[in-house]
Amino acid sequence: MLEHKLITKYIGKIDPLSIASYMTFHGYKMLRKALRLGGEKIIEQIEIAQLRGRGGAGFPMVIKLKSVAAQTNRPKYLICNADEGEPGNFKDRYLLENNPHQIIEGMIITAFATGVEKGFVYLRGEYEQAYNILSRALEDAYKKGFLGQDILKKGFSFDLEIRRGAGSYVCGEEFALIESIEGKAGRTRVKPPFPTTVGAFNKPTLINNVETFATIPSIIEIGGKAFATIGTESSRGTKLISLSGNIRRKGVYEVPFGVSLRDIIKTLGGGVEKGRKIKMVQLSGACGPIIPEYMLDLIMDFERFEIFESKTGAGAIIVIDDRYDMFEILLRIGEFFAHESCGKCTPCREGNLQLNKLLEKFHKYKASEHDLTLLETLARMIHQTSLCGLGQTSATAIISTLHYFRHEYINRIEKSVTMEDSRHA
Amino acid sequence: MELDQLLKQYPPEQTYLLEILSKYQTSKPTQHLTEAELKSIAEYLSIPESHIYAVVAFYSFYSLVPRGKYIIQVCRDVPCHVAATFDVVRTLETLLQIPMGATTKDNIFTLEYTSCLGACDGSPAIRINQTIHTHVTPERLKQLLDECRGDHHA
Amino acid sequence: MPKITINNVEMVVAEGLTILEAARLHNIEMPTLCYYPDLDIKNDCRVCVVEIEGVKGLVTSCSTRVREGMNIKTHSSRVLTARKLIVEMILSNHDSNCTACARNMNCELQRLAKSLNIEKNRFESVLEYQLIDEGNDCIIRNPNRCIKCGRCVDVCRSMQSISVLDVIGRGHQVTVSPAYGRHLNDVFCSYCGQCAAVCPVGAITEKDNTAQVWEALHDSDKHVVVQVAPAIRVSLGEDLGLPVGSIVTGQLVGALKMLGFARVFDTNFTADLTIIEEGHEFIHRLQNGGPLPLITSCCPGWIRFAEHEYPDILKYVSSCKSPQQMFGAIIKSYYAAKANIDPKNIFVVSIMPCTAKKYEAKRPEMSVTGTDPDVDAVLTTRELGKMIKQMGIDFQNLTEQPFDSPSAITTGAAAIFGVTGGVMEAALRTVKEVLDEHKLDNLDFVDVRGINGIKEATVTIKGHPYKVAVAHTLSNARKIAKQVIAGQSEYAFIEVMACPGGCVGGGGQPYGTTNKKRIKRSASIYEVDESATIRKSHENPIVSALYHDFLGEPCGHKSHELLHTTYTNRKIT
Repeated sequence: MLEHKLITKYIGKIDPLSIASYMTFHGYKMLRKALRLGGEKIIEQIEIAQLRGRGGAGFPMVIKLKSVAAQTNRPKYLICNADEGEPGNFKDRYLLENNPHQIIEGMIITAFATGVEKGFVYLRGEYEQAYNILSRALEDAYKKGFLGQDILKKGFSFDLEIRRGAGSYVCGEEFALIESIEGKAGRTRVKPPFPTTVGAFNKPTLINNVETFATIPSIIEIGGKAFATIGTESSRGTKLISLSGNIRRKGVYEVPFGVSLRDIIKTLGGGVEKGRKIKMVQLSGACGPIIPEYMLDLIMDFERFEIFESKTGAGAIIVIDDRYDMFEILLRIGEFFAHESCGKCTPCREGNLQLNKLLEKFHKYKASEHDLTLLETLARMIHQTSLCGLGQTSATAIISTLHYFRHEYINRIEKSVTMEDSRHA
Repeated sequence: MELDQLLKQYPPEQTYLLEILSKYQTSKPTQHLTEAELKSIAEYLSIPESHIYAVVAFYSFYSLVPRGKYIIQVCRDVPCHVAATFDVVRTLETLLQIPMGATTKDNIFTLEYTSCLGACDGSPAIRINQTIHTHVTPERLKQLLDECRGDHHA
Repeated sequence: MPKITINNVEMVVAEGLTILEAARLHNIEMPTLCYYPDLDIKNDCRVCVVEIEGVKGLVTSCSTRVREGMNIKTHSSRVLTARKLIVEMILSNHDSNCTACARNMNCELQRLAKSLNIEKNRFESVLEYQLIDEGNDCIIRNPNRCIKCGRCVDVCRSMQSISVLDVIGRGHQVTVSPAYGRHLNDVFCSYCGQCAAVCPVGAITEKDNTAQVWEALHDSDKHVVVQVAPAIRVSLGEDLGLPVGSIVTGQLVGALKMLGFARVFDTNFTADLTIIEEGHEFIHRLQNGGPLPLITSCCPGWIRFAEHEYPDILKYVSSCKSPQQMFGAIIKSYYAAKANIDPKNIFVVSIMPCTAKKYEAKRPEMSVTGTDPDVDAVLTTRELGKMIKQMGIDFQNLTEQPFDSPSAITTGAAAIFGVTGGVMEAALRTVKEVLDEHKLDNLDFVDVRGINGIKEATVTIKGHPYKVAVAHTLSNARKIAKQVIAGQSEYAFIEVMACPGGCVGGGGQPYGTTNKKRIKRSASIYEVDESATIRKSHENPIVSALYHDFLGEPCGHKSHELLHTTYTNRKIT
């Protein structure tokens, strides 16, 4: 059994529009259990579970929890990052549409543990269906007294509202997200300080991904120790994989960390169409590395993924078969980042445009050695000097292909006719 | 929806700016915001005009130019790009007789690109106003356009 | 105190310093571009990146604080590669026609490119030409030179609370402009010029009037005279190689004579005149039930701000013209008659630390002849510096010369007009002494001095305590204005200056103005005051003579005709 349905175990059995349906399973029982445990013990369980953020950065949640719990500057805020703009990712949409209450419950438990009274779900504007389902869920949760004042008569209050995005990928970045909630353009801030000390409205703010919050009730249910027995040493628990592209069975799969990419693609996804071969696989999203078929024995694991100098990302796997020109794909990715860049810092604002101009040369068979050198130097520089995660990862696809598919660049140069050539001809 | 009525639903705080802009714009058949409307919102929230303009210019959802009643957005990111068995953009351009980025003469349709919709498990996907449509085919596209026209004339 | 290493040099630095601050304290050259002292850290140009051992990417030195054991390289191969690429990319989206730019040879981007040895740009130009905003008399915005550092947006929003400019758009389409791409003259820009003062390149500059002035100087039919603002004498030196705060009054007059001005007048003279007029206006209001508070009117940035945003406050504002405009009026009436020159042939130039004065001179009310403006051209401190260099004048070795009559005698009270609190202090010296009918023991009203945004003082006049206030920068002016309009102001008299520190921090001052420099320039102004023979405006004998010979009574009929003005409600509803 490759899959391990821990946090998705009730999906398919629950009617997402019915809180009563949720409550016939472990719905809100984990909240009661957590309230009995108390804040410190909840944080302790999450620490033992070694839960790392599921939004892409894989940051240990307990560090953020302890920091926010210790802050005395009020009010404190909790934000669920449901912006999910990373191409190839749809697992948060899947959770929101199919089991919204588990996310809400996870947020309430976390708010209780950290002394937070106000929360936001920052939901990307395109997820209209998720919005309708989540709105209904919030309404029902309030009616049942799981949200609002004096929750379950434990003297703790938590208000939760949805704020919608308006078409900006960069608002998935924590500070850009906060700026958006504050009613401004989504541009990141100077770090430090970090959101846990100076966040939304300059108050302590805890931000985590949808899947991370959805995992909390499961950890409360089975305990941190049991959670930590799943997965690998650096990556405990399960991960939702968004599988898409040239693959027979696209969809969301929950697997324990440690499963290989090949197993996910071949066994769970059914591989590529008959007659086709896997040419390349992009991991994590547009921000992730592109790897060749022979690398697919790599396992899903935060530490293993560090070879790509980017984090595991949110767990997307995009399969691309042999019909596609690598430069066509790189250009698509590059145009995405150029369009979504907020424009604040020079390397990302100017650099992504220049990268695309160079990629166009390769795409149109007009590239030279000089272009290759410049592309590589520029890609690395943007990666090393950009102000936020968008710029820092916008060139990951290029950098990875320069390593794993360098022959494609060389071949393209050999086949190119440049200005130089035509002058000498 | 009257702008004044909408504004009354929100406290006059800048944090509600995007909620107000999104809600108001989608209530209008032209799916755009005018200078006068933005001025009223800015006054209500006590923010400078330059700021509200900057927000409108930043987020892809907002338009200062009138658009069609139905905005058709085509995803062109890698998962949809590689999964498509036909040229979605070309098909729509032909069906609507307008190039990408334009609005039909009868102001019913506007054709736009969008970044990834998060519907990659149903690629190729498009969005028409608030609804995402997955696994589109040329026939399904024609059907959707007809449904929109039908709704419009009803 | 953490011990760190920069470029293999060990040093112990104070806790909480950024790497940039630590490096500069130890004379290690650290290139920056968007960074500006006293303003919020922008962190967006990424030019100041450094390499820290053990850290994967490069970090910006402007925003990273030092930590014990940090091993920093400011000019490693990785860093220089990054810096060069960044600057080349900026240049590829920049109008690099330097010889046509006012900042040529005084430009932060040029200096940076030169220090990085950038000769050939690896990137093709991606500049998409945008129209230049030159529809007003004071400030020109050229978006084709903008490097998107955000300094101008910051000062307009935070320092001035006007927010005319913002960062518009996303990604490469980003541009800095008013809403809807409007021009500055179509929005509530006060023309204070603080944006121009902080711009690192030639994207925002003052409108150049030097060509117009050269033309006038070379026109043998014109009698060209010049008046010089109080702040110039402690600021001009900076642009000509002298230390900050150097008092260069005599050389300044000498240089202006060399440029060809027939007469060199001291605006301090009409500053004294302003005190007499405004002092009497204040006394009249005190003795006739208001309206109070009386608010000063010599700052055109403040006037424009009030007319645009708080027109209800205009009834409190003094009807006195500014010293610049009073002098223009006096020259084209009194002086013209005395010198027997047709005012049509007199060309009045003023040297101001200010960009808004260019607009003030063109206001339709500012013309006694009804045909020509009283002040024909205004030059900023920077423009004068440019003209002096153009003529190759050896400024530092000039023989000092005195101002021409009638402004040969001016007071310390006039000199302090150049600093925040100065107009207030000058007015109080006169009002208190006149009303108390008793010589002041102490001329220094120190409570209204200094860099606090809003300063208060209580002055006892005829046994009655009166509260007065001094505000500088428009965000503080806004606070005061709101109070006054709400009827909650306890003040009898308020001084407002749009620029930080008053005119010494004006939008037309030498580039690189910081709080430190403003303080130094202010100290020199107070030095001029302390060493002045006469320190009270009402003791200026030439001003007294002017009333006796020409004006009649302070605030009398003639004064109102020449020295007072009116305002307009410009609020768009």
